[in-house]
Amino acid sequence: MPIDIDISHVARLARLALDDEQLERYRRQLGVILEHAARVQALDTEGVEPTGHPLGFTNAFRDDQVRPSLERDVVLAEAPDHRDGYFVVPPALEGP
Amino acid sequence: MSLADLTIAEAAKGLRRGAFGARELIDAVLERAAKTEAELHAYLTIDHEGAREAAARADEELASGVDRGPLHGIPVALKDNLCTEGLETTCASQILAGYHPPYDATAVRKLREAGAIPVGKTNLDEFAMGSSTENSAYGPTRNPWDTDRVPGGSSGGSAAAVAAGSALGALGSDTGGSIRQPAALCGLVGMKPTYGLVSRYGLVAFASSLDQIGPITRTVEDAILLLEAIAGHDPADATSWAGELPDFRSELGRGVEGLRIGIVEELSGDGYEPAVLAAVDAMVSSLEAEGARVQEVSLPTFDVALSAYYLIAPAEASANLARFDGVRYGLRVPGATTEEMMARTRAEGFGPEVIRRILLGTYALSAGYYDAFYGQAHRVRTLITRDFARAYEQVDVLVSPTSPTVAFPVGARTEDPLAMYLSDICTIPSNLAGHPAISIPIGLDPAGLPIGFQVMAPALSEPLLFRVAAEVERLASFDARPEVVTP
Repeated sequence: MPIDIDISHVARLARLALDDEQLERYRRQLGVILEHAARVQALDTEGVEPTGHPLGFTNAFRDDQVRPSLERDVVLAEAPDHRDGYFVVPPALEGP
Repeated sequence: MSLADLTIAEAAKGLRRGAFGARELIDAVLERAAKTEAELHAYLTIDHEGAREAAARADEELASGVDRGPLHGIPVALKDNLCTEGLETTCASQILAGYHPPYDATAVRKLREAGAIPVGKTNLDEFAMGSSTENSAYGPTRNPWDTDRVPGGSSGGSAAAVAAGSALGALGSDTGGSIRQPAALCGLVGMKPTYGLVSRYGLVAFASSLDQIGPITRTVEDAILLLEAIAGHDPADATSWAGELPDFRSELGRGVEGLRIGIVEELSGDGYEPAVLAAVDAMVSSLEAEGARVQEVSLPTFDVALSAYYLIAPAEASANLARFDGVRYGLRVPGATTEEMMARTRAEGFGPEVIRRILLGTYALSAGYYDAFYGQAHRVRTLITRDFARAYEQVDVLVSPTSPTVAFPVGARTEDPLAMYLSDICTIPSNLAGHPAISIPIGLDPAGLPIGFQVMAPALSEPLLFRVAAEVERLASFDARPEVVTP
């Protein structure tokens, strides 16, 4: 059976402003996909460690040395809005 | 025959013999693109000027005795999820329209250093999510063998370009089959290296624990040439392999006598086209006639590999794609607050398949469902790797079809996401285990569409993989070319 999910909640978590018609379509499609994906639950994985890195690497260390990075102006040139060396965004909180 | 139809190895010889220059080579390739692009749409961007300049430099260098090796002067195509300094990189998404990366991906830098000439950036399913190159915000790519059909995906633009001769070779990326499946559907060699063999720095991340960059070429030899140039440790990618690199040629020419070859039982049966299975069977018989010891091998967890993949890949994608929020680069749709701006930007900037996967991944990672979905999928991933290990106690390599079907018609699977996902059923297990795998063209179906044969090998066993692949290539002696390139 398709899995029923709270699609509005998930869309909010994912920061996606979807309308009702889109939400309903994704809710139906995800239900069917998740029904298939839930087949992983049929396997007994008692005591099985999850895979992190496919080849089993854990930490990769390097020397903590200062190195040049990209020029700030070059990076900011790709931003939709910037001023005085900063990215500019609309207010984080709604006004009074 | 046009210079555009040469293999990389042939072109490298011709350039050194002085039969032609890098400029003539790039002109032949650009001319082919001019002839085929209106119909195929393999490229999102063609860098005419940059490619011609690079070719002129390559000629000057060769004339003055500077030889960068077998890729010197060779025109290659780059999937448009590989960052190219100053050259637009869109991932076939509206959200990155107009983005000019300030740096080259490590694989791209290494190709340039080896003297290769980037022709341009190839089309893909948006952010590499798809199996048909129909999920591109800039329109689909068509298969050179039959333009009513898809080239496969997500590296469909790279495959179509090499098949059509608008590049001699290409780089793609493979998260669940995105190099091997389009290579199979376009009659080419496509290879996914061991996870970590090629640096992912500058590859726009889809699913970081699965993504690998690899070659799409006309021959196994050309695949080795490209891989030799791009493989190796990179301090900028902490997951890249820091040990010694295998010598990819060390086992070439040894044949398959005495080699133990396993046919994966789970990768056949319902849903597989008879012509595909027949071609694979015939190749297995040929290998047996060459002295290989063939047996069927069962890897029972392969039956749930697709399910595990469609939890792990979207979960990682939902985290990786959080960076596209209208703040630092790409599209911004105005909003009264930061959150509204971000949510509108993302809803308008991403296409339906990307949104579907972000929602799926967000759900699989959300409170209350994490362990049942994401956690369980990662434990199943461990079981799949154990199945591989057990199989490799009995056999040296595993073989299967690369794709259950030949190239399917444009539009055939766009309304049914799950049917599209099933396109990758043969290729996904190698990504989950981090193992190398390769697709080699072995024939055409009755309608004249290419069929691919997949060989899988244990981690870092590229020398063995190439040895078997070269033998498959020799036995198949596949030399058909799509009509679009025959005059």
